[in-house]
Amino acid sequence: MDQLISAILIGLSQGAIYSLMALALVLVFRSTRVINFAQAGQAVVSTYIGWEVVTRTGNYWLALPIAAIAGAIVGAAVESFLMRPLSKRASKGAIAPVASVILTLGLLGVLHSGAAIIWKGDQKLLESPVSAMGITVGETVYPFSQTDFLIIGTALLVMLTFSFIFQKTNLGLALRASAFQPEIARLSGVRVDRIRAIGWAFAGAAGAIAGVLVTPGSALSPNSLDLLLVFGFVAAVIGGLESLIGAALGGILLGLTLSFVGLYVGTSLTFVVPFVILILVLLIKPSGLIGGRKSRNA
Amino acid sequence: MNGLVVSGFSVDHGAIRAIDSLSFTVTAGQLAAVIGANGSGKTTLLRSLSGLKAPTTGQATWQGISLLGKKPEELARQGVLHVSDGKSVIPELTVKENLALGGIWRRDKKDVAAATAEVIDLFPRLGERMSQSADTLSGGERQMLAIGRALVSRPKLLLLDEPSLGLAPLVIEQIFQTINDLRHKLGLTVVIVEQNAMSALRIADIGVIMNLGKLVAEGRASDLMNDPALRAAYLGY
Repeated sequence: MDQLISAILIGLSQGAIYSLMALALVLVFRSTRVINFAQAGQAVVSTYIGWEVVTRTGNYWLALPIAAIAGAIVGAAVESFLMRPLSKRASKGAIAPVASVILTLGLLGVLHSGAAIIWKGDQKLLESPVSAMGITVGETVYPFSQTDFLIIGTALLVMLTFSFIFQKTNLGLALRASAFQPEIARLSGVRVDRIRAIGWAFAGAAGAIAGVLVTPGSALSPNSLDLLLVFGFVAAVIGGLESLIGAALGGILLGLTLSFVGLYVGTSLTFVVPFVILILVLLIKPSGLIGGRKSRNA
Repeated sequence: MNGLVVSGFSVDHGAIRAIDSLSFTVTAGQLAAVIGANGSGKTTLLRSLSGLKAPTTGQATWQGISLLGKKPEELARQGVLHVSDGKSVIPELTVKENLALGGIWRRDKKDVAAATAEVIDLFPRLGERMSQSADTLSGGERQMLAIGRALVSRPKLLLLDEPSLGLAPLVIEQIFQTINDLRHKLGLTVVIVEQNAMSALRIADIGVIMNLGKLVAEGRASDLMNDPALRAAYLGY
């Protein structure tokens, strides 16, 4: 029973981070049909900025919002200065359908090497503001910590905020309309280009928060968030690639699965399981386990 | 010059000339029916007037101001509302959200509420389905929603692309009747692009008949309807 509760809590905590990365990918994909590989690079640069804040002020709580704002600015800039001109220039020929993906791969390389030049390639530590030691209840030490609760709480707050913005505000309505039917949105008077940049900004912020939350568990280096990107993709695909709720649930499902595999089967399998899930979902139910046609509404 | 003035207007799709030096004028407050078969360039005309496509040559002005080189969202904000092919609604959004879309950028929130109430008054069926998603609506209801959304923006020039497409004859008559009532009530200038020549010309002041991108005839709608040669060749009855 204790082991089960531990597996669930660790799964939720890791899954919450995957959910945030999946949200970042889905937000971009459904509004601009771009698979954004550069998200790992955008997130790592934002996390380095968070690390700078912690190093200078010792305040993780300040680092979290600053990294999120930095991530939002980088995201909006990528859409405004790279993706939008690209969609106009590379609109014809064989390159048109893949130009954006190739550009994001190129940008990932630029951001990786840029981070390596500015912050060097060595591993930086970003300490959690709360204990990362297992919580002790009576005589038993559980494998989950206060940091796990911090992760779950922060991710939940981000998702609730997104959910509120998307469902209850005019900005959210404009974001959804621009994603579903950009032409009709334009004809209704919505400034779709600006709204898309805001969508990329939200995605950048979500990726940055994922980066700042996941880093205390390991260390920060230019490539340290690449695996998170892959797990984010798996979660997004489980969720049907277009649904924000699907992305959130996909991340949780992946986190729980990995946690159960780790505890009950063995940690040697944790790296292969996500990829097997990815392939199986694509082959058996490519529309996603959680998503469906309806999922676009959310 | 008041109203919509299109002159020497040509639009190309790659190597194909979709519209060839078209000129016509719609006086403010008039309803114009642009009639033509598939491929006559009608839809391209509306797309070019609303900023979705750039013409190759020519001019188009509304109340003396050029429509060209502007984004569709900016034209919509200036009162030029294009309801695109048939049922231009966002199926993933609710009826309420589709209507709201026409007003989220407007400063005068009181008037947005008033305009929305007027639309619900005009189309009570929409009022009953406010929280349903738009893809549960029938074809006629979608057309009402698309027009309703445009009305929430307080249009001055309304460009309607085939409002009759895919609708039952009775519904078509209702929609055209509503459009006619609206323009008298609100003083709208309306351009309707239609294959359904009879229904459109009956409520129109002027008719513009197009064939393969070229102007065939332009004049008072009643004159066009009574011209035996045009009826046989282009109006199909």
